[in-house]
Amino acid sequence: MTRYAQGRAPARVQAISLQSQARNRFIETFSLLLAAAFVLMAALLIAPKARAQSPTDVLTYLTTDRFPDTERALNEIGTSGLATAPQIVEALAANRLLFDAAARKLYFADESGALFDAATGAPAAGISPDDLKRVRLNNAVRRSLNAARGALTLMSPDPARRRAAAEAVFKSRDASALPLVESALEKESTPAIRKKLEEARAAIIAADASAPEARRLESLETLKERGDQDALGTLATIAAASEGRVKTSAEAGVAAIQSRLAMWRNVQNVWYGLSLGSVLLLAAIGLAITFGVMGVINMAHGEMVMLGAYTTFVVQEWARTNHPELMNYSLFIAIPLAFLVTGAVGIFIERVVIRFLYGRPLETLLATFGISLILQQAVRTIFGANNREVSAPAFMSGSFDFGALSIGYGRMWIIVFAMAVFAALLFVLRATSFGLRMRAVTQNRRMASSMGIDTNRIDALAFGLGSGIAGMAGVALSQIDNVSPNLGQSYIIDSFMVVVFGGVGNLWGTLLGALTLGVANKFLEPVAGAVLGKILLLVFIILFIQKRPRGLFALKGRAVEA
Amino acid sequence: MNPATDRLIDTRGYIFLAVLSAAAVLVPILTLVIPDESAFAMPPYLVALFGKYLCFALLAVALDLVWGYCGILSLGHGAFFALGGYAMGMYLMRQIGTRGVYAHPVLPDFMVFLNWKELPVAWWGFQSFPYAMAMVLLIPGLLAFIFGWLAFRSRVTGVYLSIITQAMTYALMLAFFRNDMGFGGNNGLTDFKDLLGFNVQATETRVALFVASCIALGGGYLVARAVVTSKFGKVVIAIRDAESRTRFLGYRVETYKLAVFVLSAMMAGLAGALYVPQVGIINPGEFSPANSIEAVIWVAVGGRGTLVGAALGAFMVNWGKTFFTGALPEYWLFALGGLFVLVTLFMPKGVIGLIDQYKVRRASKKPTAEG
Repeated sequence: MTRYAQGRAPARVQAISLQSQARNRFIETFSLLLAAAFVLMAALLIAPKARAQSPTDVLTYLTTDRFPDTERALNEIGTSGLATAPQIVEALAANRLLFDAAARKLYFADESGALFDAATGAPAAGISPDDLKRVRLNNAVRRSLNAARGALTLMSPDPARRRAAAEAVFKSRDASALPLVESALEKESTPAIRKKLEEARAAIIAADASAPEARRLESLETLKERGDQDALGTLATIAAASEGRVKTSAEAGVAAIQSRLAMWRNVQNVWYGLSLGSVLLLAAIGLAITFGVMGVINMAHGEMVMLGAYTTFVVQEWARTNHPELMNYSLFIAIPLAFLVTGAVGIFIERVVIRFLYGRPLETLLATFGISLILQQAVRTIFGANNREVSAPAFMSGSFDFGALSIGYGRMWIIVFAMAVFAALLFVLRATSFGLRMRAVTQNRRMASSMGIDTNRIDALAFGLGSGIAGMAGVALSQIDNVSPNLGQSYIIDSFMVVVFGGVGNLWGTLLGALTLGVANKFLEPVAGAVLGKILLLVFIILFIQKRPRGLFALKGRAVEA
Repeated sequence: MNPATDRLIDTRGYIFLAVLSAAAVLVPILTLVIPDESAFAMPPYLVALFGKYLCFALLAVALDLVWGYCGILSLGHGAFFALGGYAMGMYLMRQIGTRGVYAHPVLPDFMVFLNWKELPVAWWGFQSFPYAMAMVLLIPGLLAFIFGWLAFRSRVTGVYLSIITQAMTYALMLAFFRNDMGFGGNNGLTDFKDLLGFNVQATETRVALFVASCIALGGGYLVARAVVTSKFGKVVIAIRDAESRTRFLGYRVETYKLAVFVLSAMMAGLAGALYVPQVGIINPGEFSPANSIEAVIWVAVGGRGTLVGAALGAFMVNWGKTFFTGALPEYWLFALGGLFVLVTLFMPKGVIGLIDQYKVRRASKKPTAEG
């Protein structure tokens, strides 16, 4: 019931990157410093480690069948310059790295089982895998293995993989990866990946107790600028493990990032709230029309939303089988079609049932509830009770970063869509003759009738319009919610709350009501929990109705008591 | 209207009470005295089933009192029913004692399972039957009082009232689904053992509960009837027909409405309390808005504003539900939905209204018959 809040792909605040001029200047000076310090670094970090003399040494280490040697080989394979290093590491990860203990030769097998010489990468003919032993792994080796994999992908030609590798190094803070990061930085030309690499380097240096204090402090600044959850974790660990100025600086960094993240959390709450609010708006706006114009409580409104969602499903199924090239545009076919289908169903219901019940709102409520049961069962009989899969077109999947916020295209387009529908509806009501007639009937039915407006026709069309909008809402909801016969039920009470809160017969009230409730819901959720937050809102609305029985924006004048 | 409406028990009422009394006498005989092999013997499951219908009928009478006579369409009466049920369920849970899975002397199983150490305050006193029975009436009554006091005082009427009553039961449903509430969460309360020392599963207890339900329904009917035939009831009906006019005549409309609403909520609570031991479970699903609306259709089918009709409607619709869900489960929602539409369109006065119409038509054919 509270499912609409979470999209199909729960968006998560991801890594953020702040680009600023100050930052770029910093990078330049840093690079100079770096060049100067490189020799020193080499002395400090690289020299104490017994470096492999040549690529073949790495291979030899892997044939001793001892875990410490394997680990050592992995630590050095990245800088060894060995051409086959990626294959070796991957083969080890897949348990396909074999060695000949007597000849001290290393082989790797590919997925089909064919053997290759690890030193040259050439196919190894005439050697049976049965004569070879497998290079074993334990947890310590696996850790080095992962670091080595990360390090090797730093050089990968694929930017996405380089980026992921830089991120992996950042998280591991593995000091042995530093030389690799340095060399990758020299070659890297994509600014965003450079930044990732610099952050990775900063994380390694800042966490390294043996690095000079000045450099550590600088690195801490870099981490602070990064300012996301991962940087926070790194800084907190460093603050706990070090002393003196490094500790104070790291702690200051932690505090800065925390306040920054708190700010972004609020921004995120507003954004999610707007997203939820626009969903509520889509579901409620049609209801506002039928209720506002005709005073009809349409309990089957949720089922109109559901029919719209199923229309999307049918359109996609049709496109999948007949015109796969249209799959990406299926929503553009579904939106008008859903409007027509549910609009027609709405007009049919109005003509067959509701028009006999005007002036008896409570009976209308019951009759439309009956219709909602019939529609639910009909859909269940035709499509089955299970959820139906509606896929998202390419332009609605994925996300982009805005500050510390990852904004999903799906949610963004739904907000845009909701606003577009709202604007279109406003246009219809304000600028068309149908809208004029409709408003006249809303304000004074009998007078409008005396002026020659066919109120019956307006009623039917208004009901069709409200239902059609519900259908379009269904198209949008099919993107973020499960398409099932119960889809409508989860929205009907919320939609009523929005309409009642915003005030009947006022579109702006509905807009404000929907957005307020959406944002309030998202701010209450972290404090009170999803369910309790919803209960609190319901209680709030129940109390609110006591104060303003006709909503935020009440209609004034004679229409009120009609 | 019917000329006999002013009498406490009119002809229709006599028939209704006679049927109830007959059921209260015959069912125990058919179940307990007549040997099982006999064709007339009534299996215990039927006793529980009819007992359940009686509880629904009492809920329908309660709803008819507010809707049929006061014009308040409550879409949240299921909440009062469920609250009464929970009060009874809490008493029954406390009676389990050490026979639960975890054999804790005080805490019900689900609390032990949630690793709770003490009994929540809300559960105190529920080991006592009189206290539990008082709560069965007081808790729904109190909720109705607070809710009604707020709503009627600010003149929330019509569909607005209906919608917020629906929101009320929906909010309660969400709340009771939470484990933290301390009422068994999702699973609700079940695995009852004893009621006043008698095994709830035993046929004798079931029969006793059936008879108790008959008495409660008859009593509820008489109370409702006493209310609507009194001077107080005349004002209530006046409020239904012309609320503003009644207010201008100097009556405190909200006080009358509140009194009827609270009384009705207590009756619904009693119905829930009798319902729970007969079905053996109470869970948050009872709060679902759909249940409350279904209760409204019972009243509409039987005929609103007739009390007897409400009880009749509850029987008919639930019998239909039992039949359909057994024989044609696919079609039950079609039938129920169709019922909503057809009754509101073609039978605004329900079955009782049809009977009245038929009587009038017969009387007009034979002018001498009734004078």
